[in-house]
Amino acid sequence: MTTVDLKLYQVGTFAAGNRLLPLEDRTVQAHPDRSNSITSGHRACQGCGEVLGARYVLDAAMRATGGDLVAVNATGCLEVFSTPYPESSWQLPWLHSLFGNAPAVASGVAAALRATGRGHTRVVGQAGDGGTVDIGFGALSGMFERNDDVLFVCYDNEGYMNTGVQRSGATPGGARTANTKAIGPEPGNAFGQGKNMPRIAMAHEIPYVATATVADLHDLERKVEKAMTFHGARYLHVLVPCPLGWGSASKDTILLARLAQRSGIFPVFESEGGEVTAVTPIRRRVPVEDYLRPQRRYSHLFGAHPRPDVVARIQAGADRSIARYGLLADSSEK
Amino acid sequence: MPGQRLSQIEGSVAVAQAVARCRPSVIAAYPISPQTHIVEGLSDLVRGGELIDCEYLMAESEFGAMSACIGASAAGVRTYTATSSQGLLFMAEALFNASGLGLPIVMTVANRAIGAPINIWNDHSDSMSMRDSGWIQLYAESNQAAVDLHVQAFALAERLSVPVMVCMDGFVLTHAVEEVELPEQEQVDAFLPRFVPQQLLDPKEPVSIGAMVGPEAFTEVKYLMHAKQVQALDEIPRLAADFEEMFGRPGGGLVAPYRTDDAETVVVTLGSALGSVEEVVDELREDGVRIGALGITCFRPWPLDEVRAALAGASRVIVVEKAFAVGAGGIVGQNVRLALSGLPATVYDVVAGLGGRPITRASLRGLFRDVLEDRMDSRSLHFLDLDVELVERELARTRLGGTGPHAEHMLRALVGVGAVPPGPEAPVGEES
Ligand SMILES: Cc1ncc(C[n+]2csc(CCOP(=O)(O)OP(=O)(O)O)c2C)c(N)n1
Ligand code: SF4
Ligand SMILES: [Mg+2]
Repeated sequence: MTTVDLKLYQVGTFAAGNRLLPLEDRTVQAHPDRSNSITSGHRACQGCGEVLGARYVLDAAMRATGGDLVAVNATGCLEVFSTPYPESSWQLPWLHSLFGNAPAVASGVAAALRATGRGHTRVVGQAGDGGTVDIGFGALSGMFERNDDVLFVCYDNEGYMNTGVQRSGATPGGARTANTKAIGPEPGNAFGQGKNMPRIAMAHEIPYVATATVADLHDLERKVEKAMTFHGARYLHVLVPCPLGWGSASKDTILLARLAQRSGIFPVFESEGGEVTAVTPIRRRVPVEDYLRPQRRYSHLFGAHPRPDVVARIQAGADRSIARYGLLADSSEK
Repeated sequence: MPGQRLSQIEGSVAVAQAVARCRPSVIAAYPISPQTHIVEGLSDLVRGGELIDCEYLMAESEFGAMSACIGASAAGVRTYTATSSQGLLFMAEALFNASGLGLPIVMTVANRAIGAPINIWNDHSDSMSMRDSGWIQLYAESNQAAVDLHVQAFALAERLSVPVMVCMDGFVLTHAVEEVELPEQEQVDAFLPRFVPQQLLDPKEPVSIGAMVGPEAFTEVKYLMHAKQVQALDEIPRLAADFEEMFGRPGGGLVAPYRTDDAETVVVTLGSALGSVEEVVDELREDGVRIGALGITCFRPWPLDEVRAALAGASRVIVVEKAFAVGAGGIVGQNVRLALSGLPATVYDVVAGLGGRPITRASLRGLFRDVLEDRMDSRSLHFLDLDVELVERELARTRLGGTGPHAEHMLRALVGVGAVPPGPEAPVGEES
């Protein structure tokens, strides 16, 4: 009689039930005393990567600081869906000021805490990609340059989602948005250098920079906890798929985040003092097409008038980043 | 006064000293002339250890500076900044945010013109452009007033949880060295209670500050902002009285009437121009003219009743102001008209001192004489010492189809280079 070994769980896969992991490997969310920093009742879309990312980031930061945390939020989806009048989802002290000033506001909070002997209370600033790489860029660079004691988190959904999906400086080439429609000879967003915020952060030589996705929440939590062991300016850039803006199925948020990493489109790495210290290797590489196809924002590349040239260009970008970070270094599929 | 110190001191240094004695915990600022000496002075005091338990944050812009003040104030500490002109405009979005959130930040505005054309000299177009930003606006007549208003500004801001701007004329006051009585530390400590924030980011009692508010309550939030400013109209005279008791000199209050009791003509102004206006009032009084002056110390909130009371007996009111609403007229003038509604007084709007043009006593005397002798039309806006010939020439040039920037052409006309034919020595610029 043939027998099949039944694997109830595998550590390191994404299929694992959290409950089956050893205690120390479980996420903050598995603990009954988790802080629920952003609690139920918010109005995020079904499958929103941003709220998932924010929940894990803040609960991990709360655990790392023993709940001694203040959050500063830029205008954007996260701010709007978390505070539908007269409710608030926030279970930690939370301040929203403007779209473009979250890093400076966070610096001000940190300065006030330091000046009054409350430096033990830590500060997290958070914004979407627009609030980070575009309108808040100067303030963020100032915060980095002064090395203020703030962890700044960018939830990157690659566009201005809150205002109806317009392009940002983090929108990838070829992607359709409300103001880069799939019309004209070059449909979708123009290809440029983009704004590679993690690298720009590294150029400031701040103590810690990391990227992560919502596909690997353990990794995300670990990076938040690590970030909290440093003082000074820290930057965490989290890829958070947006079903509404990307034209993807709500159930595919995690899948898309994973494909972004495995295609090389979104390199996952850590850096200290401006040097890359660790990368998450690509375990099973996929062509960018696998990542692009499920998203309607790229559908014009595959429809009646396919644009293999554009897909090839996106692939070339992914190849470049795989080479730059050595993402296949530990793999046989070089 | 025992225990008080008179010193010959630059206005900016005096203000920096006064602010330091108010013991702010966070100062976030970005340099711009003519505010620089104030923030440099404070930076020295923090670095030198004279101002302790204070973080001086070198912001990357004025927008960043005000934003850092917002964060610091929401974290429950006394917070200060200073700016001028372009810097104040660069803060605009954050100014409305600070007042909307009810954060008691105190800011010095070293008043300066707004470009274009770029101009670093004094007028009030900067603070006047932010008159509806929800900040209380106090205008200093002298450096002594600037010092004293700052001490009261912190008390006022914190009592009402409203941000306060103290406006002092750039260069005219900020860079003037004159005798100032600095408040002693013990006096300030006794006058200004420890800051107890009305809202606070505290992990022990988490609150959400700055949440979205829809049509259900937005009007009510704005109403409360207005109500608090109206409350300031009672609070400011009370503080001025307390100040006088503690420091032995008048605190400032809402308005400063000067020889208005039997005045048929009253000149309304704000800031450092008040001194010259009062001198000319004295001169004309000697000639038997029944004239007085009214200084506006508090422009926002607008002390309507006090202005009305001070002007009630006047038949002519001359408003001399260093800013105007382009295409509309005087700004203070419009507010004065509102205060006088139903009264028979005639109001003359006069724009003076733009971009640093001196407001001379001779010009003021001429202006007041023109009004007294009915040579002025109260329905149009007047520009004191306007170079009419220069303006007419430029208008004629454009009527003939001339193009190019007005400012450059008028400057050329002034120095006579317009007459020089274009050649290698001619200034670079386009020709019309
Ligand atoms: C000064 C200013 N300009 C524009 C806006 C409008 N606005 C609000 S949120 C937003 C886009 C937010 O994009 P992002 O930061 O990427 O956050 P997301 O909503 O995508 O999470 C824009 C353009 C604003 N609130 N303030
Ligand atoms: S639009 Fe996108 S980012 Fe915004 S709530 Fe919906 S899924 Fe989340
Ligand atoms: Mg976005």
